[in-house]
This record gives sequence, structure tokens and C-alpha cells, in this order.
Amino acid sequence: MKPSQTTAPVIAAKNLNLTFQTNDGPVHALKDVTLDIGKGEFVSFIGPSGCGKTTFLRVIADLEQPSSGTISVNGMTPDAARKARAYGYVFQAAGLYPWRTIAGNVKLPLEIMGYSKAEQAARVEKVLELVELSGFERKFPWQLSGGMQQRASIARALAFDADILLMDEPFGALDEIVRDRLNEQLLELWARTEKTIGFVTHSIPEAVYLSTRIVVMSPRPGRITDIIDSPLPRQRPLDIRDTPEFIAVAHRVREGLRAGHLDD
Amino acid sequence: MRNVIPVLTVVAALIALWYIAVVPMNAQWALDQARRAGQELGFAALVTETMAQARPRLPAPHQVAIELWNSTVVEEMTGRRGWWNTGSLSNRSLIYHGWVTLSATLLGFAIGSALGIALAIGIVHNRAMDASVMPWAIASQTIPILAIAPMIIVVLNAVGITGLVPKAIISTYLSFFPVVVGMVKGLRAPDAMQLDLMKTYSASGSQVFAKLRWPSAMPYLFASLKVGIAAALVGAIVAELPTGASAGLGARLLSGSYFGQTLQIWSALFAAAILAASMVALIGLIQRLTLTRMGMAA
Repeated sequence: MKPSQTTAPVIAAKNLNLTFQTNDGPVHALKDVTLDIGKGEFVSFIGPSGCGKTTFLRVIADLEQPSSGTISVNGMTPDAARKARAYGYVFQAAGLYPWRTIAGNVKLPLEIMGYSKAEQAARVEKVLELVELSGFERKFPWQLSGGMQQRASIARALAFDADILLMDEPFGALDEIVRDRLNEQLLELWARTEKTIGFVTHSIPEAVYLSTRIVVMSPRPGRITDIIDSPLPRQRPLDIRDTPEFIAVAHRVREGLRAGHLDD
Repeated sequence: MRNVIPVLTVVAALIALWYIAVVPMNAQWALDQARRAGQELGFAALVTETMAQARPRLPAPHQVAIELWNSTVVEEMTGRRGWWNTGSLSNRSLIYHGWVTLSATLLGFAIGSALGIALAIGIVHNRAMDASVMPWAIASQTIPILAIAPMIIVVLNAVGITGLVPKAIISTYLSFFPVVVGMVKGLRAPDAMQLDLMKTYSASGSQVFAKLRWPSAMPYLFASLKVGIAAALVGAIVAELPTGASAGLGARLLSGSYFGQTLQIWSALFAAAILAASMVALIGLIQRLTLTRMGMAA
């Protein structure tokens, strides 16, 4: 499960620092963050609010600029990677355009990137099938449940051929039952597409269930306190969460989060 | 049907109040006439008398309705200069005067909306315009239109521009403002997340505009167009007042007040109100159709 030593990491961050200047003085959002993410990994970032997990994801996505340190995405700068459409980004809210149908929303990045009409239609069909939304093409977002909307937004991020999927608490606003189902589907999707996934979450069970690696972060300044390689197999039924291995990893994550808070 | 009843109730109440006001407003003249003729007026006779004067201080609703009917349909269909007899609109009919005002209104509204949208696009996309245009737009609206309208018309007349265009410019002056304000708000409606999403696609500025900002602004656009077209009509009417224009609803209002023709004034007022209401309703209809097609019907 570790990033293979022979191939270059997909995402490589070294001594990354990011300080926001606010009215209340500088906020150290990221401090000395060093992390490599290998191809095909599923890496979760977990930690309390303000620990920089979202900020780190946004730095990868070139939505924030680091103050110092280096980061490469697919061997390029984040800026070049973004322009090369290296990643799909899923936000906390589905953020579908209310004036577009589900198919129209999934088509949005394809239109912007200049795919042909036929190619657009083929890809929309494929990714909607992937997130189990076939048959909802012509519905408007408000006609779908929150979970279905979030699946549509994942389809939108998958529609173009980005190898990296960055997800910022995509299921944070959903109830537990829906979240379980979506977690299962996400694992299936990851297995089928072999994407590299960076996943921000608040939830310990979610992080442990999904990830090959769990990055525990703590706030003020935002930093990495622990990196846990998951011993769990890639095939994960939901009831794996009752196994001792799962519980042991969850325990370690919880300890890591507690340790981070003791520093306050 | 259910929402028609409250509206009709209010209308009925207003008309009743109006009728009640007619009697004291016109009583003096009726009593004077009766005294001169050496007659005594009973209350019933007084009421009848106040509702049937040729130049009342306050005409009764039915008088205004009849005048409206006579100066539109009757004038055009039977009048010597009417459309039926001459093939062109009579200069004594409100249809003719309404059209004169309406054409200036529509031209001014079209220019004003286009200007408003263009300014809003500039304000949203250009920092310098953001800082500089809005204060001037607001300042422009604090100047009384009655003060500036004559100057605009006189200046334009002096350079040889007459007729429709000066009036349209005053309509523009009033109607661009709500469109600017609404569209700035509308084009800024997309939140940071939606803009970030566009950035992750490396979308160009024009793509962000076409695919995100413009559709987001649609509800705001229609709301401000409704305000704008009503303001454009007011502008066109005001533009007809100061120069003694011979045609248009404003000219009817003015000549009516010169000659004490209250019926003419009131019917012109109602013609203007009907015109404004129909234009606003028309925009409302276009709004409903557009937003329904966009899946955003309120």
C-alpha cells in the first residue's frame, strides 16, 4: 500500500508553509508539511477545524499559494498541473448549477475543455453510470436528494481524464446511512478507475474505512502529526469496520488527534 | 383564481373611495351653477351633478373610463381623422399619443438596459470601473430628472437632434440605473466555491462569464428590467413636458392642465399606467418562460 519507491510520487510536498495574513495577524495554516502521495493511493486527511487539511488540498489544486516550500503535482507545479487538468475537485457542497440538468452539469467541464459533442455525450453517460445515476440525466439538481447531488458532483469531477481526485469533505453534510452507501460506492469507483485520491474528512470511521494512508493533522500551526499506513485489504465490505484491525487503526487515529490537541 | 379576489377587492375599495371623494371635490361648482340658475339642489341631484361635469376638479371613475374608450376605440373607428377613415392614427387619440411615448420608452429602455448590462460587466470585471463608475451612477440618479430633462432636450435640439432620440435618452437616463445595480449583484451572485470550481477547470474569463456569471444573474436581470421599463416610461413622459411637445402622453397631460381638461389628464394618466402595467407584465411573462426553461422557476 505504500507509495512504490520505483515510480515518482504523484504529489510531492516538501517543507510546505502557508501563512494567511488576516486582520487578527498572521495565521499559520500549514507548517513544514512534507508528504508524498503515490499513484493509486487513497490518502485521507483528518483533523479538527483549522488544522490545514483543506488548505493543503487547495494548495495541491493551485487554489492557494504556499508561502514557502515546494510542491509538485504529476511532476509539475500545481499551476501547470491545474492547466493540464490533472485533477478533479469535489467540494463540500455539490455546487451543481441549478439551471443545468444533471447531464448538463456533468458536461460543464467537458464544454470548457472543448470536447466534441459526441465525446461529451459518451462521457456523461459513462460517468453517470459509474456513480449509479443513469436515468437522471434530464433531471434538475433540486429534483435529486443531497446524496444523489453529491454523486453527480463526483461524476462531474470524473468526467474528464484527470488521474487525481481531490475531495474536500464531500459527504460531510450527509446523514450517516447515505454516507456509508457513498463510501462503499467510492471504494468501488476507486477500484475501477485506479485514480489517486486525496480525501479530507472529519470522520475517523470514514477515514479508516476508505484510505490506504491516513494523514493526521493538528491545528495552530496546521501540521502533520501522524501518518498511518492502513493494514486493511483493498477489498473492504462495510462490516470490516467491526474487525480488530480496523478498530486498532481507528484507535491510533484518535490518539493522534488527541495528542495534537494536548499541545494547545 | 384565488389570488384575483384580493386584487379585485382592493380595486373595488379604491373605486368606492374615489366616488366618495368626487362629491365634495365638485360640489362647489355644481352649487354655484345652481345658484346662478336660481335653483335649489337636493342631495341626490347634487351627487348626480358632481358626476357629470364636463371639466370637473376630480372626474368620476366612469367618466375617465368613458373618456378612455372615446379617445381610443371610438376616435380611431369613427373619428374624422381616425384610423378607420384615414388609415393612419388620429392625433386626437390616446393610441396615437401612447405609441409616440411608447416608441421613445422602448428605444430608451433598450439603450438603457444594454448600457446598464455593459456597465455592470465592466464593474464586475474591472477594478478601476468598480471603484469609479458606481458613485457616478448613483450621483446621476440624485439629480431631479425634471431639472435635467429640459437641458438635455435643449442641448440636443441645438445640435439638430430632435424627436424620438432626446426623449429616449431621458428614458435611458432613468432606466440604466436599476439594471446596473441589479446586474452587478447578479453577476457577483456566484459564491467562492463556484468560482473555485471554474478555476479547477482552468476556465477562461469569458467562459466563467458565459457559463456561470451570466446564468446566475438571470433572476436579477428580470427584476431590474421590470423596474427599468417603468422608469423608462416615466422618463419619456417627463421628456415630453418641458418643451411643449405636441404628441405623446406627456403632451396630453400638459395640454390638459393648460386648458383645465381634467378628463384628458386622467385618461392620459390611466393610459400611462396601463402601458406600464402591460410592459411589466410582458417582462414577467418572459421571465417565467426563461426561468422555467432554465429549471429555476420561482
